[in-house]
Amino acid sequence: MPISFGGRYQGSSFTELLASDNTRLLPDWSQLCASGVDAERVPHGTTVLAFKFSEGVIVAGDRLATEGHRVASRDIEKVLPTDDYSLVAIAGAAGPALEMARLMRIELEHYEKIEGEALELDGKANKLSQMVRANLPAAMQGLVVVPLFAGYDLRRRQGRIWKFDVTGGRYEEAEFECTGSGGLYARESLKKLHRNDAPKAEALETAIQALQNAADEDRGTGGIDTVRGIFPTVIYCSERGIEQAGEDEIASAFQRIVRRDRDEREGARA
Amino acid sequence: MSIPFYVSPEQVMQDKAEYARKGIGRGKSSITLEYRDGILLMAENPSSLSKIGEIYDRIAFAGVGKFSEFDQLRKVGVRYADVKGYAYSRDDVRARALANAYSQAMGDVFTRELKPLEVEVIVAEVGDPELAGHEHNTIYRIQFDGSISDHENFCVIGGLSDELGSFLQSRYQPSLPLGDAVTLGRTALERAANGRSSVPPQNLEVCLLEKARIGRKFRRLATDELNQLLAG
Repeated sequence: MPISFGGRYQGSSFTELLASDNTRLLPDWSQLCASGVDAERVPHGTTVLAFKFSEGVIVAGDRLATEGHRVASRDIEKVLPTDDYSLVAIAGAAGPALEMARLMRIELEHYEKIEGEALELDGKANKLSQMVRANLPAAMQGLVVVPLFAGYDLRRRQGRIWKFDVTGGRYEEAEFECTGSGGLYARESLKKLHRNDAPKAEALETAIQALQNAADEDRGTGGIDTVRGIFPTVIYCSERGIEQAGEDEIASAFQRIVRRDRDEREGARA
Repeated sequence: MSIPFYVSPEQVMQDKAEYARKGIGRGKSSITLEYRDGILLMAENPSSLSKIGEIYDRIAFAGVGKFSEFDQLRKVGVRYADVKGYAYSRDDVRARALANAYSQAMGDVFTRELKPLEVEVIVAEVGDPELAGHEHNTIYRIQFDGSISDHENFCVIGGLSDELGSFLQSRYQPSLPLGDAVTLGRTALERAANGRSSVPPQNLEVCLLEKARIGRKFRRLATDELNQLLAG
């Protein structure tokens, strides 16, 4: 007879453990619209992006969340490390998205502790796609969660990026990907500026430039807020693990971009 | 139909306890010891199957006896801790509650099942100086019949645990640096290794709960690092 504290589940997945033995803890938003809540009026996250650079991947996001036309939060974190070598960037309904990122983090840690070794990066991406698929009933009612997943693959020694669709479809991207309301504008910017072999400093400028471009065109995306001191989240993931760009680093990259833009404009006028 | 012989409950319990003790005594010992910067867990273990594992941010597990049984207990502990941390907060996952749950489950098996568990386990929790009320280390030992005890400074389970315990009692000093603590633990384990004068580092399983780490404080030492510590 297996030893237990009353549970039946014997496997190594945390979400399956919840589904089997702690059903009421498993989040379920599928009844939301039936209860009369307008899915548009729950907070939504806006623009996130991920691309490869010389050392691995860089993932960035603005800090704004909106409910309809109102600001829900000015300093939400939408780029979230899921373990030492992977991260999720979320766009869409903020509540379910943040919960999904949290569950994903616990899922990876749980597997690692039970099995004694971490999942491969492909395994992690596959797990996230199952979580996105599990959210499909809620997505059909407007609570769409479409994350980006990125990480450093220690076996293949390279950064890798995946995007997802609401059905849990999983697509690996060779260079870059953006999602969220300002994703289209960020993508236009990345298309011009991005290089897979860019050094770290250039990669940071590219990320900031793309986010600024999105904030310029999309009302839902937050720019750099110098009054309140709110900066976008920028995280590098390389062989050394996760590393977050400091505010000073971001501010000076931003200043360089502004100065260059101004010089170019003045040069054009002269 | 044969009529079963009457056996008194005392006798049944005694027999079970003797059976379990024999099983546990045959194996190798495992040592848990507080050092300056956290808690050190070590065991003589030439195989690649771990006897020590991470439960949660500040909690580690060590087991001796029958591998399949204590490994099941370890996994049950991880599930318990992760569900609790998800339902409440990460700081709500504490060693005392887990040790109690182990004690209940192991005691239950001892009274209900024909075969008792041939294991002993340690639940160790490193203190967090930043969290008021959580500053101190705690070490719990749970035996095959569910009896539970808490220990300060160090605790030995399995093998010649009494002998090793009194050896450590004579040598242990509070706030040992890591290198000294590992050396002390190895010396103790060598006393148990019947006449063999040395236990090579690759036969040692050594894990730490490091106070200074952020988040998950559990770390497994690689053989290289262990060699350096033992040499220095």
